Amino acid sequence: MTQSLYEKIGGEAAVNAAVDIFYRKVLADDRINKYFEGVDMEKQAAKQKSFLTFAFGGPNNYSGKDMREGHKHLVEKGLNDSHVDAVIEDLGATLKELNVPDELISEVAAIANSVRDDVLNR
Amino acid sequence: MPVITYDKQLYQCADGETVLQCLRRHGVSIPSSCESGVCQTCLMQGIRGKPPALAQQGLKDTLQVQHYFMACVCVPEEEMEVVLAGADITHLLEVEVLGKEPLSDDILRIYLKPAEPFDYKPGQFINLYRPDGLVRSFSLASLPQREEPLELQVRVLPGGRMSTWIQDEMSVGDKLAIKGPVGDCFYVPGKPQQNILLVGTGTGLAPLWGIVRDALDQGHTGQIHLYHGSYTADGLYLVDELRALERAHQNFIYMPCVDEAGAAEAGDATIGRADLVALTAIPDLKSWRIYLCGHPDMVAVMKKKAFLAGASLSDIYADPFVYSATDNASKADS
Ligand SMILES: Cc1cc2nc3c(=O)[nH]c(=O)nc-3n(C[C@H](O)[C@H](O)[C@H](O)COP(=O)(O)OP(=O)(O)OC[C@H]3O[C@@H](n4cnc5c(N)ncnc54)[C@H](O)[C@@H]3O)c2cc1C
Ligand code: HEM
Repeated sequence: MTQSLYEKIGGEAAVNAAVDIFYRKVLADDRINKYFEGVDMEKQAAKQKSFLTFAFGGPNNYSGKDMREGHKHLVEKGLNDSHVDAVIEDLGATLKELNVPDELISEVAAIANSVRDDVLNR
Repeated sequence: MPVITYDKQLYQCADGETVLQCLRRHGVSIPSSCESGVCQTCLMQGIRGKPPALAQQGLKDTLQVQHYFMACVCVPEEEMEVVLAGADITHLLEVEVLGKEPLSDDILRIYLKPAEPFDYKPGQFINLYRPDGLVRSFSLASLPQREEPLELQVRVLPGGRMSTWIQDEMSVGDKLAIKGPVGDCFYVPGKPQQNILLVGTGTGLAPLWGIVRDALDQGHTGQIHLYHGSYTADGLYLVDELRALERAHQNFIYMPCVDEAGAAEAGDATIGRADLVALTAIPDLKSWRIYLCGHPDMVAVMKKKAFLAGASLSDIYADPFVYSATDNASKADS
């Protein structure tokens, strides 16, 4: 049986290893950190785990509609392509730090990219 | 199949059904999002029966021991009574005031005896009810395993409604009501070698005094560094007790800190804000466990700084002493 992308990256353990690194990068990234400065860091981290699970091709029940609704309030605050690019870049850097091979990183970036229009509500 | 009790109603789970699916099938709406056990939107708490481990994966240990779980991945193995996370599951309990003594010019130590057995973890807090209904939160500094009476450490604020009442009117022998325990800021055994940093300002020392002694009692072997911050040297209390604890335990270090303004009387305390002094001393907090209690601004800023300094978010426990609004409402969330 062939392994799924999620399994190749390392499944839930990989999500857990990635979330702190990714969240630190996002908080330090002036291009996008204003969107993540929620008062409740735990809740933010849980949402980021959902993001990572989704991008790793892991189990989730998100629809395009969920992505639209989930980011609508951010689009109203000016979310655009440059922010999606920044998120995908931080995601790639996170995976690099975890020694994930480049071809898998490209697959992850492609999944994130595939919902770009939904995230940006267009 | 197990029966789920929610809001006083009984619901029969079908084979393999999750708590979320079962409640939803019966027309009960529970907030949810990812529905795959990650985003924690459907967080609930079991108040009877134990959730399966799978439904608790990724939750903070202090939530796990209080039987929090994610409804979307909880296929119950036994009968459970469940509530939404954050629901008030405590009831009023009578306490008798056993003692009241000064710890400093404006800090009082209060001892309370509950009328019934009261189970809590040092560092959690209670809501204290004044007879006219005014409510304030106070942290528990005592250790239940030593059968100590409940201990509170209360700063008397000029014009503070509850705290001046405690100072001027509340007497030994009085009967009051409390609700609790509440809160996720306490010691959980299981990683005895992990280093622990605790930073508290003012009476933020109260929960930390409980947590430090609890950790030592439970045989914690990693380093335990306590930074206590105060505007003035007079606000440093329990100094002798903490120094004694330091002598008794090689792995415990106590660092009192006083703001610039109080520098003249600082004695052997370090000058500077406790959170900054701690970060300078320990710039890399990777794999440390962190406890932050007291001033809400210090707690919020230090939480972020500790995370950026390498601590994992799941290892940071925080208890901001949020002040009540000017009305009579209580502020019990943390
Ligand atoms: C989870 C939690 C745990 C807590 N644990 C403790 C504890 O262990 N010990 C303890 O002493 N307190 C603790 N507090 C704070 C406590 O609940 C009350 O807010 C505090 O005692 C003041 O209540 P009061 O009725 O005397 O003052 P209020 O009548 O409510 O306030 C009087 C005025 O003082 C201001 N004020 C309130 N607090 C401060 C402050 N710290 N510094 C400067 N101005 C202030 C208010 O804005 C208000 O204008 C805790 C709070 C929370 C949320
Ligand atoms: C690149 C594609 C993206 C994907 C696949 C994605 C996916 C997700 C997912 C799955 C969630 C959790 C939703 C929930 O369960 O509530 C989420 C939340 C969130 N996303 Fe994205 N996201 C993307 C891009 C972005 C960008 C570019 C930003 C901002 C720069 C952003 C900011 C947020 C924020 C702030 C939340 C939390 C919202 C809240 O707290 O309600 N996302 N995202």
